[in-house]
Amino acid sequence: MMDLLGYGAFFLTTALIFSLVTLGLNLQWGLTGLFNVGLAGFIAIGAYTSALLTTPDDAARLGGFDLPILAGWLGAMLAGGIAAAITGIATLRLRSDYLAITTFGVAVVVQLVALNAQKLTGGPFGIGFIPRPFGGLAETPLLFNLSNLAVVSVVTLIVYLALEHLSRSPWGRVLKALREDERAAISLGKSARFYRVQAFAVGGGIMALAGALQAHFTGFIAPDNYLPILTFQVWVMLIVGGSGSNKGAVVGSILVWAIWAGSGSLTSVLFSPEQQARAASLQIVAIGVMLCVILLVRPNGLFGDRPRRPRFGKRAKVATGESGTAS
Amino acid sequence: MSLQFVVDGLLAGSMIGLGAIGVTLTYSILRFSNFAHGDFMAWGAYATLAVVGAIGAMFGKIAPIAPLSFGWPLIVAVVVGMTITGLLALSLDMVLFARLRAKGQAIIVVMASFGASMALRSLLEFIFGSRPTYFSRAIQIAMPVGFGIRITPDQIALLLVTAVLVLGVHLLITRTQTGRSMQALSQNAALARIVGIDVAKVVRVTWIVGGALACVAGVMIGILIQIRPFMGFDMLLPMFAAAILGGIGSVPGAVLGGLIIGMAEAGAVQLIGAEWRAAVSFIILMTVLFVRPIGLFGVRER
Repeated sequence: MMDLLGYGAFFLTTALIFSLVTLGLNLQWGLTGLFNVGLAGFIAIGAYTSALLTTPDDAARLGGFDLPILAGWLGAMLAGGIAAAITGIATLRLRSDYLAITTFGVAVVVQLVALNAQKLTGGPFGIGFIPRPFGGLAETPLLFNLSNLAVVSVVTLIVYLALEHLSRSPWGRVLKALREDERAAISLGKSARFYRVQAFAVGGGIMALAGALQAHFTGFIAPDNYLPILTFQVWVMLIVGGSGSNKGAVVGSILVWAIWAGSGSLTSVLFSPEQQARAASLQIVAIGVMLCVILLVRPNGLFGDRPRRPRFGKRAKVATGESGTAS
Repeated sequence: MSLQFVVDGLLAGSMIGLGAIGVTLTYSILRFSNFAHGDFMAWGAYATLAVVGAIGAMFGKIAPIAPLSFGWPLIVAVVVGMTITGLLALSLDMVLFARLRAKGQAIIVVMASFGASMALRSLLEFIFGSRPTYFSRAIQIAMPVGFGIRITPDQIALLLVTAVLVLGVHLLITRTQTGRSMQALSQNAALARIVGIDVAKVVRVTWIVGGALACVAGVMIGILIQIRPFMGFDMLLPMFAAAILGGIGSVPGAVLGGLIIGMAEAGAVQLIGAEWRAAVSFIILMTVLFVRPIGLFGVRER
């Protein structure tokens, strides 16, 4: 019973960290319509920044500044925000696909740096001894898991409430206006690019914060934690929950993580160890097909209530868009 | 610095360029960045490998053609593989992309291609396993051709194949009626429809050409390096960078962009080490976006 409770707390902690990333993505995509496929990169930037700032001094690599955990989290948000802002400045005056390609590149490069810049990131061996909040409780796993859950819940709640407030604030209304009808918003004197860069940077900062939380929760990070599959998982979470809705982002994350973890343990029961790698790839196929099917059948997800209108007004077939021909 | 990087760069550039042609065609005609394009490469390579295996099972061991490491089975298999990959692209469009395109939101199609990419790649991993395989394990002796450059017969053959294919695509686009329709559609879709261009046909040709070229690029990677499920995914960033550097929509641009990136990569391998290879295309991509986002041969978006 206690084991189950401990696992429940552990599961929820992971799911909530995912939901933090999904919330950041929802600000970028759901609210502003910015397509980011480099989530893994921004999460990694946060994790590594926070790890560098808070770990004890290490002769083998740069840094280990031994700062308090909170300083690490703030540094992570700053680093993620700056990386996102630069990406946005380069691409956001162009067609939206360029942002996708560039963020994809960011993820590739971050992965490369994590793997090869041994002096900075510890290379393939990663960084260990990342201080854990309530590390003193690690002797009693249940208490440790529950206190972690409490910390992550509080952070998620703060971010959630802040985002809810933001999306109703004048700032959020400008973003939505840009998403729905760029020309009208610009004619009201709003600089589209400036607002988009801001939204993208804030979203990137939230993702980096999630990476930092994860790093401090597990105490160890390595390049393998930040493969493209991570980006993909979060996208599925947002689409299932419904883009545009913060509630959807959180519920979608918990739901998809439950499916993912559940099917993962199912395959480990059903398949012999040598076949598990193959079963795992089949699991990814299933999730990929699921994403495509949801996009086809129910693009608004569970809670998404965002009015679907083409952003590129050239073929403005609103409402009756279903009858459009292939172009 | 030895001049060997010229040959390495030309070869890497051929693979990137052949892939980038497909990327640039889908982008300009269907108006979305196809993240599954790299996986077409991997599928093409594995399809070709499977056909080679089937031919080997039917006819026994066949000696390679004189100096090359492969014989006629591979040549037959590539043609079959190109057809399979073209059909794969076509059917993916039918079940997924075309339906989403009809809803009118370009970026949703990109998202779906991202999901499809993940599914296609993992499906390969499921069927063939994740361990790298090869068309041939024979080692070729590189011949010195002066200036400290060495080249193998395989590499010469592949460079020739690339040149022929690029010329062929260029002629298709500039000299045939279908090619002109493709250009018209990429320049002004609405007008192209009004003058009665068969849009469905152009879309089909785009997918088949893009898929077939991706297959050839994948087979080249298989002959020169190795075959693994992630091989195409790793080419995605160089291909996008090449297409953008050359100017979206321009076939010669995509090839030239590919060659520039291939050369830069090969040069970087000599200067700063192979582990940073993948960063080269990102740096070029960012530079182009900041300095000249329409690329070398691009036209401003209308």
